[in-house]
Amino acid sequence: MRGTLRIVFLLLGLGVLVVAPLGQGNYVIYLLCSWLIFTIAAMGLNLTLGYAGQISLAQASFMAIGAYTTAIVTLAGWPWVVGMLLGVVECLIVGLLLGFPALRVKGHFLAFVTLAFNVLVFLVSRNEEWLTGGIYGLSGMPRPSVLGFSTMKQLPFYYFTLFVFVVFAALMYGIIRSPWGRAFKALRENPIRAESLGVDTRRLTLLAFAIGSAGGGLAGALVSPLVQYIDPTSFAFGHSLRILLMVVVGGSGYFFGPMLGAAIVILMPEFLRFTEGYYLMIYAVLVIVLMVYCPSGLIGLGAKLRDLVRRKPVERGDLKAGAQL
Amino acid sequence: MSEFLQVVLSGLATGSIYALAAIGFTLVWQAAQTVNFAQGEFVMLPAFFVLIALNWLGWPLWAALAFGLVISVLVLGLLFKKLVVEPMLPNTGLPLIIATMAVAILLKEGAKEFYGAEAQPYPALFPHTTLSVGGAVVSIQDILNILVSLSVVLALTLFLDRTRTGRCIQATAQNPAVAEILGVKTRRMVLYTFLINAALAALASMLISPVYLAKFSNGETLGIVAFIAAIVGGFNQIRGALVGGLLIGVLDNLTATYVTTTYRAALPLVLLIVIILWRPQGLLGTSEGRQV
Repeated sequence: MRGTLRIVFLLLGLGVLVVAPLGQGNYVIYLLCSWLIFTIAAMGLNLTLGYAGQISLAQASFMAIGAYTTAIVTLAGWPWVVGMLLGVVECLIVGLLLGFPALRVKGHFLAFVTLAFNVLVFLVSRNEEWLTGGIYGLSGMPRPSVLGFSTMKQLPFYYFTLFVFVVFAALMYGIIRSPWGRAFKALRENPIRAESLGVDTRRLTLLAFAIGSAGGGLAGALVSPLVQYIDPTSFAFGHSLRILLMVVVGGSGYFFGPMLGAAIVILMPEFLRFTEGYYLMIYAVLVIVLMVYCPSGLIGLGAKLRDLVRRKPVERGDLKAGAQL
Repeated sequence: MSEFLQVVLSGLATGSIYALAAIGFTLVWQAAQTVNFAQGEFVMLPAFFVLIALNWLGWPLWAALAFGLVISVLVLGLLFKKLVVEPMLPNTGLPLIIATMAVAILLKEGAKEFYGAEAQPYPALFPHTTLSVGGAVVSIQDILNILVSLSVVLALTLFLDRTRTGRCIQATAQNPAVAEILGVKTRRMVLYTFLINAALAALASMLISPVYLAKFSNGETLGIVAFIAAIVGGFNQIRGALVGGLLIGVLDNLTATYVTTTYRAALPLVLLIVIILWRPQGLLGTSEGRQV
């Protein structure tokens, strides 16, 4: 029963996503596209942070790697798919390498290492003009054509993004439900116990980092043809912070958390236009309040409210979840 | 050789200011388990308080500086502790990190909206004259910056080592539970730490703003430098943060002069990654036990 209900809701949600852009202006469709793209990046980070419990402040730099690779490849006349695959594979490899510090250091230190990595990528993309165009960036990337249909117009490109998004989300769902996903959670909740139960924590930490980073790469590969202009500032450290906030505000460790979080970060400025420059300040205050009252994010808040209304089964004290994130 | 001396000296001058920010960061990290991602903004903001007193209220410079210090201690010390950190305890960790990041955004946007987005000229505290020592041109400002920062660090070390309150703060940092049992008012000690951090940040702000100008986005670079200095030096001691700050100041200047200007910002980052991988406890740190 719950299973069928879930499928009905998923199909409804998908239906809404399909009809959402119809009859809308180019700008709204552009916003929806960037929402989907940032959701992909945030879902990747959610795997690293929410499921495996490793803080990464470098998601924007993986978007940079994906975006620049796709831009360079498509500008050279190759199809988008080649650039995307190349970008994702690069991110997997770099993610693996960056994951090694994660094996030695935890928590805050990891945050600093990834932060440093993000700034390094920014510096390289700014300084290596022969490759990345320096501060002028790269522009005029063609949009991909699928089975002979061009996606140069905004609406077809939206459906293209939606398709990639659905495939990626299904993949993520599969990973989370797989033994890997369960092992990731074990790693987050209690690494020592996970290890003692035979989970290879070394391999899993690296894997979580690599897969999460690949999500960033995929998002970057979509940004490139959407905006058709990329420069170093679009992937600066502030954007990693934005993606991190998407995950945390939505609810880290919840599958739908990043979608909600990305919607808030991308779409809320549009609704708060009237507040002009104060938007970010309002947002910051809301984040602080949320962190104080409900560190598990908006979805966690929803779950809390639901538990208030619904009679909950008595929990056995000794079976309660272990360490909280 | 004289050029080398000049470069090292001005590196030490900026480095000693970085050290102030790094020491405050270390103190709060150790005594309150709060990793303050807004430390850079804490150094950016006090300069604006001073500017407000100078330009909006028309106060003289010394009064403006005092105003800046007091307001900083109240806002960045007391309010930060009471409104952001305290409600989150004992839930430190990721939520607190995220909250301090939000504080960083709030302070940055606040400075931009309420004062201005352009870099603001900031009055020099010391004369701009230079001395010639053995062929090297030495700026008085650099020398005084070093002297002021180092004497503050020295005073702080003496306070922590020699006074009863200072030792209580150290005890709180090392083991809050035992300190509490021994009758240390740990909550008050943690509050003192936050106040000291705010004062250090205010001082760093007043010293560095004549060089960098007061700009709302200054916090980004200053924050990263403060983290790196704290970690590179050995985050569990004041000495470590001091050495880390000076080292980064000097290395940064040397790279910019002799190696490359485009990648000068990369050096501290590479240093950070290498240190974390090779010696996570920092150059002077000990792997276990915490000290203030």
